[in-house]
Amino acid sequence: MTERGHAPQFDDLEQQHEAATLGMWVFLMTEVLFFGGLFLGYIVYRLAHERAFAQASSHLDVALGGINTAVLITSSFTMALAVHAAQTERRRRLFVFLLATMALGCVFLAVKGLEYAHKFREGLVPGPRFTHEPEQQIFFSLYFVMTGTHAVHMIIGVGVMIGLMALALRRSHAAAVENAGLYWHFVDIVWIFLFPLFYLVGRHR
Amino acid sequence: MKHYLNAGYSVGSWLLTRDHKRIAILYLLSVTFFFFIGGAFATLVRLELMTPAGDLVISETYNKLFTMHGVAMIFFFLIPAIPTVIGNFLVPLMIGARDLAFPRLNLASWYLFTAAGLLALGSIIFGGVDTGWTFYTPYSTTYANTHVFLMAAAIFVAGFSSILTGLNFVVTIHKMRAPGLTWSRLPLFIWSTYATALLFVIATPVIGITLALIAIERLLSVGIFDPALGGDPLLFQHLFWFYSHPAVYIMVLPALGVVSELVATFSRKRIFGYGFVAGSSLAIAILGFLVWGHHMFVSGQSMYAGMIFSILSFLVAIPSSIKVLNWTATLYRGSISLRTPMLYAIGFMGLFTIGGLTGLFLATLGIDVHVTDTYFVVAHFHYIMVGGTVMAYMGALHYWWPKMTGRSYPEAWGKLSALIIFIGFNLTFFPQFILGYLGMPRRYHAYPEEFQVLNVLSTAGASILGVGYIFPMFYFIGSLFARKKIGDNPWGATGLEWRTSSPPPEDNFRETPVVTEEAYDFAKAEEPELP
Amino acid sequence: MENAVEFNAELAEGAKENAESFSEELRVFSAHSAVSLSYGFVRALHPRQAELRLFPDQASTMAPSVDALYFFLLGTSALIGLALAVLVITFSVKYRRRAGAAHLPAAPTTRWLEIGWIAVMFVLFMAMFVWGARVYYDLQRAPPNALEIQVVGKQWMWKIQHPTGQREVNELHVPVGRPVKLLLSSEDVIHSFFLPAFRVKQDAVPGRTTALWFEATRPGQYHLFCAEYCGTGHSRMTGWIVVLEPRHFQRWLDTRLSGESPVAQGLKLFQSLGCATCHNPQPSARCPNLVGLFGRTVRLRDGSTVTVDDAYLRESILDPAAKIVEGYEPIMPTFQSRVSEEQLLQLLAYLKSQS
Repeated sequence: MTERGHAPQFDDLEQQHEAATLGMWVFLMTEVLFFGGLFLGYIVYRLAHERAFAQASSHLDVALGGINTAVLITSSFTMALAVHAAQTERRRRLFVFLLATMALGCVFLAVKGLEYAHKFREGLVPGPRFTHEPEQQIFFSLYFVMTGTHAVHMIIGVGVMIGLMALALRRSHAAAVENAGLYWHFVDIVWIFLFPLFYLVGRHR
Repeated sequence: MKHYLNAGYSVGSWLLTRDHKRIAILYLLSVTFFFFIGGAFATLVRLELMTPAGDLVISETYNKLFTMHGVAMIFFFLIPAIPTVIGNFLVPLMIGARDLAFPRLNLASWYLFTAAGLLALGSIIFGGVDTGWTFYTPYSTTYANTHVFLMAAAIFVAGFSSILTGLNFVVTIHKMRAPGLTWSRLPLFIWSTYATALLFVIATPVIGITLALIAIERLLSVGIFDPALGGDPLLFQHLFWFYSHPAVYIMVLPALGVVSELVATFSRKRIFGYGFVAGSSLAIAILGFLVWGHHMFVSGQSMYAGMIFSILSFLVAIPSSIKVLNWTATLYRGSISLRTPMLYAIGFMGLFTIGGLTGLFLATLGIDVHVTDTYFVVAHFHYIMVGGTVMAYMGALHYWWPKMTGRSYPEAWGKLSALIIFIGFNLTFFPQFILGYLGMPRRYHAYPEEFQVLNVLSTAGASILGVGYIFPMFYFIGSLFARKKIGDNPWGATGLEWRTSSPPPEDNFRETPVVTEEAYDFAKAEEPELP
Repeated sequence: MENAVEFNAELAEGAKENAESFSEELRVFSAHSAVSLSYGFVRALHPRQAELRLFPDQASTMAPSVDALYFFLLGTSALIGLALAVLVITFSVKYRRRAGAAHLPAAPTTRWLEIGWIAVMFVLFMAMFVWGARVYYDLQRAPPNALEIQVVGKQWMWKIQHPTGQREVNELHVPVGRPVKLLLSSEDVIHSFFLPAFRVKQDAVPGRTTALWFEATRPGQYHLFCAEYCGTGHSRMTGWIVVLEPRHFQRWLDTRLSGESPVAQGLKLFQSLGCATCHNPQPSARCPNLVGLFGRTVRLRDGSTVTVDDAYLRESILDPAAKIVEGYEPIMPTFQSRVSEEQLLQLLAYLKSQS
């Protein structure tokens, strides 16, 4: 596909575009179920160990979590602007907004790394070196698995942004940018659920 | 004439192909390999069970044998077999498309499958896994001292391959049907493949995350399912069966689609109750998600949860029974030809019915308490998986072999091996129902003497079954060297795949077909070359 | 024959020693399998030793009701299966393809046939469900006067303790004609307590107590199996249920060194672990009085209520701060790693005896 033709299995560009979008939605459906298993586990354990979860959640830093939530919501906004720029074929704007989205993604990851480092120092990482009450370990196991899985998705998203920026230097690739946008928004929405569940619910202080 | 097989002979033309037909052949080789691996483990299991004492292998080895039999057969044969071989080959042909929507993704999913297969083989070669294919915690996380991590990784990667295949099928069936091919004109194999693809997409990620949690728990010694830390082993069972019960339908739905095609073609009649047969595939796919708890009636889940799962399990039996009813009604006043594929289809109807009816015993709470985790369950799911899925897969291979290769197999040998498989299968697994009700638990290396006669019968049957599976291997390969070619539509079937040449050209159709009639309209079909 | 058996045993012994790894195991297999094969067939055909059984013993009050349900399903299934087989075979013969036969038009779909079929199946399945659920309900609900026996599963044995203190391993003696309730738990992985002759089965899950009950009807010796795969020795985790006439059972109890009853052991633990220093009836006590607690409903600090049952007591010992009773402070330490599964069951037995 060096020129703007459609791939040989499709009848025209429109069909190709529709197929790609539907494919992305189907992919996001599997992602929902993927995180769904984790959320189900969270709910089961939260109900079983209400007190331990509430105590454990007060070890998390709401300020950092809140900053990260704001960063991600902003990045969704810049992503939406990038999609708009791609649709209206404005390559400079597209490049700038992709860059902004990627930068915000990196900020999020950096803050997350900072939080992880804190947890390490406080002995909150599950395993033999866990220094707190055993029931809290399940909370932190889930915390690391779920935010870790989310972070992996963020890293992939940042990689996608870099690829799109390279593409944008040559031409605006609306279909690809739209699909990347769907993915990016999905990853943001996952965080919108993770943040209250881990940082806010049942908190004392 | 140019076709997909002679389009290129280099290794690269196969390993880098984007042609769905070539990828189907690659899958055919992979799943056949795993079928024989799984079969070898089954042989050893059956030999061990000839005698009550555990004298052929030690317990540890026996436990690895049945685990790896299960893993190889379920994850590397039964789940992929019909969708990736038959489905990959036929979905674009049946809907009049030039290829799947995402050919590169299709090739990627074969590579993922192969990588997963290598990981699984690695785990076997390094020492094997003894957790049972169900990986129940806390045994799998804390006590099993084997290569669980590698095996969990293998299944995780195989799951990705399934998801990509399912995604490809969903998009292709939605967006790439030929002009005039409306949903109500789709062949029933496409309907059932579509339902299967939805299950792939929705169910597989859950097993992915569940096995990832097991791998994390083993690798980092954190506790997620560990009861010593307040974790809940039953949560694992819920997550596991949320995938693995739909996985049963992933294995059997494509088989149901195949049988619908075979029954229609060899009765030369439109399938009776098309709408109900198509709809029942979707009903099975949806209800299949709501019945996972019936694997846990004695696990300690609440009694009322058990009752809800029981009633839902009865409901999921209704769409399956509709299919059997409609196939039978299709035979009525048909023009029936008992060629090899039809023998497999009729064999399927018998065995699947026994499998389904014994499923009712397991859905019935009062009986399940006694027979769960016994050989009754083993017999039941082999009737569905081997009697159902494998019979249909064999039928499909025989039916579409002329399309895939342009060659025909020897009919007499085909019929003989179908008969051997049917007899061998029943002799192997019917005694296991009796063993189960007698109370022989599954996964037993040694057993009390009073169970021996039935076990010997079962092993004798397994040896007959094995012979039945080896015959087709030889005559299929032999047929490739036959000089005589066969026509494009030897069965006089309807369906777009028969409108193109055999083997099909690289881009499937010389001109895009246009559909103007309903599926299975035999009034206008050609006369069969092989009546 | 004798030689074959010995040779077989020798080979098996050899196999066990040699086979350190899985691959080596496979190497010795080929020589061995031929012997095993012929031996198996000889054993199977030998009339004296081959014992063909087709139906299990019925030795509990529930067995006949489970079997009645089983035969109902068996009859229905046989009827459906047979009808289908007759139809398929008849059609396949009667409507065989004939050369030059005119094409028959497809029968129009009769919607009423489909809906009728669905209705019939639905009614039939619901009948099965209701009957099955009834039997299940009876299997789950133990009579209140049942004899409570504690069972702990561990890799790979069943440890059993009678309320009067007698201990057994892989063997359970019970009287005929009296409901017996087993309280199951596990020290390691999931096991399952399975008595085929009684048609009962229940998983023993680590971290919780499950229960199973039966009333034996016929004296004799019956199989006990572990039905949930639990590791290397899974198929060795078997034993016997010995059903005795009540007077024989009493004699058996008397001749066994009775040891201490679980209640007495529970009381000892209650004192040695220091529970009694706080949990006492004095008005100044800082902890709730546990006498007469079991089965009551208590009010918690957060305003909710909880009924005191096995699960609640277990949780309160292992995770005391999870549910605090109204008017008390969360001062009790956890006993998570300080009491074993058996000791926990003894404590529960003691606490229950105080009501």
